[in-house]
Amino acid sequence: MASSEIDPIHQFQILKIVDLGAPGGVQLAFTNSAAYMVGIVALVFFFLTYATRGRTLVPGRLQSLAEMSYEFVASTVRQTAGNEGMKFFPLVFSLFIFVLVANFVGLIPYTFTVTSHIIVTAALALVVIGTVIVYGFVRHGTHFLHLFVPSGVPAFLLPFMVVIELISFLSRPISLSLRLFANMLAGHIAMKVFAGFVVMMSASGVAGLLGATLPLAMVVALTALEFLVAFLQAYVFTVLTCIYLNDALHPGH
Amino acid sequence: MPQTEGPAVSFVVAQAETSAPGAHGVGTQDDTSPLPPSGGAANGVEISVPSGEAHGAGFPPFDAHTFPSQLIWLAIAFGALYLLMSRIALPRIGTILEERHDRIADDIEEAGRLKAESEAAAQAYEQALASARGKAHSIAAETRDTLAAQSEASRKALEADLHGKLTEAEAKIAATKTAAMANVRGIAVDAAGAIVSGLIGTVPAPQAVESAVDAVVKN
Repeated sequence: MASSEIDPIHQFQILKIVDLGAPGGVQLAFTNSAAYMVGIVALVFFFLTYATRGRTLVPGRLQSLAEMSYEFVASTVRQTAGNEGMKFFPLVFSLFIFVLVANFVGLIPYTFTVTSHIIVTAALALVVIGTVIVYGFVRHGTHFLHLFVPSGVPAFLLPFMVVIELISFLSRPISLSLRLFANMLAGHIAMKVFAGFVVMMSASGVAGLLGATLPLAMVVALTALEFLVAFLQAYVFTVLTCIYLNDALHPGH
Repeated sequence: MPQTEGPAVSFVVAQAETSAPGAHGVGTQDDTSPLPPSGGAANGVEISVPSGEAHGAGFPPFDAHTFPSQLIWLAIAFGALYLLMSRIALPRIGTILEERHDRIADDIEEAGRLKAESEAAAQAYEQALASARGKAHSIAAETRDTLAAQSEASRKALEADLHGKLTEAEAKIAATKTAAMANVRGIAVDAAGAIVSGLIGTVPAPQAVESAVDAVVKN
């Protein structure tokens, strides 16, 4: 099946594991994507509870890791959204850990990357923006709309500014979801393409075998880069989430 | 290369060997809207099995047929994650961190208390030392004073004694001198009487000799 392995798109296939029928004409199934999502949740929960099972005063390695992830997200939330933002801490932590683990799991060969599907990243981004909008209106009422009215702007410029602010607000979920999706997708395709070069070149004799070391080195370098990207995108997603939540907490510039 | 609804059997064959292990032999391929194969390379190598079909259904992330199930399972998984995190995992880690924080604060407080205690002890020690030193000083001064007084007294007694002895000796000397002088007068009177009697042959009257001697002695 060499051809399938060379095809860089194949890794994004959604495969049905259990067909759940199509109620209301919508196809439902337990797919590989769903399996990975459930697996990620189980992994995260198992790790965090197992690591803290001792509740020791002086943490061991695993407990340190669990505490570090907690404090990392907590400090990010505090720095961007202040102490008030800590009420969103469980949400932000869940988003961060889900995206982070999904990204890292996807780096293991032959695995599926949940975050390489735009519907997943879009849904996560909509959760964030939905939280911002709902909380903003519940907490501040119509005062939340001051988010779109920058203060200290001349009256004749105000309509334009409101439109610009509105567009910028509406583009947030798009940029938030596209950034993560595109990074994951592009990184995985690039790795697969170079890995495919290795296979194709090494199949064509000794010279090809020697030449294949170049794309192989490239794959190694890309893998390192992708590890960085996997963490960075999870972090960026988290920081932007905090910034948007900060708008819900303190609308009006 | 079927461009319509993909034959399910060939999908299973194509994917069971190359993708997630869970896919083995269970379901059929979900893809229903095949588009032209995405990669040219994919079709060039494999001939016998229509493996190109697996990706012929367009770009998987944009295949809307998979959206509902992905969304539902994301909602279930993420909802479960949120509940597990907010109810169990995060409070647990938070409690651990808080307990450690409290413990450290307690320990620092305890250390401060002990430090204050040891400082008080050091101060008390200094005080005791100072008072002991003061007492030692006073004892020394007292002793010095008594000894000085004693030696002064004994010196005075000695002086008085010596003085008495001196006076006594002086008195004795004076008496001896007086006696000696009296003896000298007697001798002088006798000698004068003898001399006069030797010179003139007559013994002068003792009163006359005595008065003459007295007159000479007085001069």
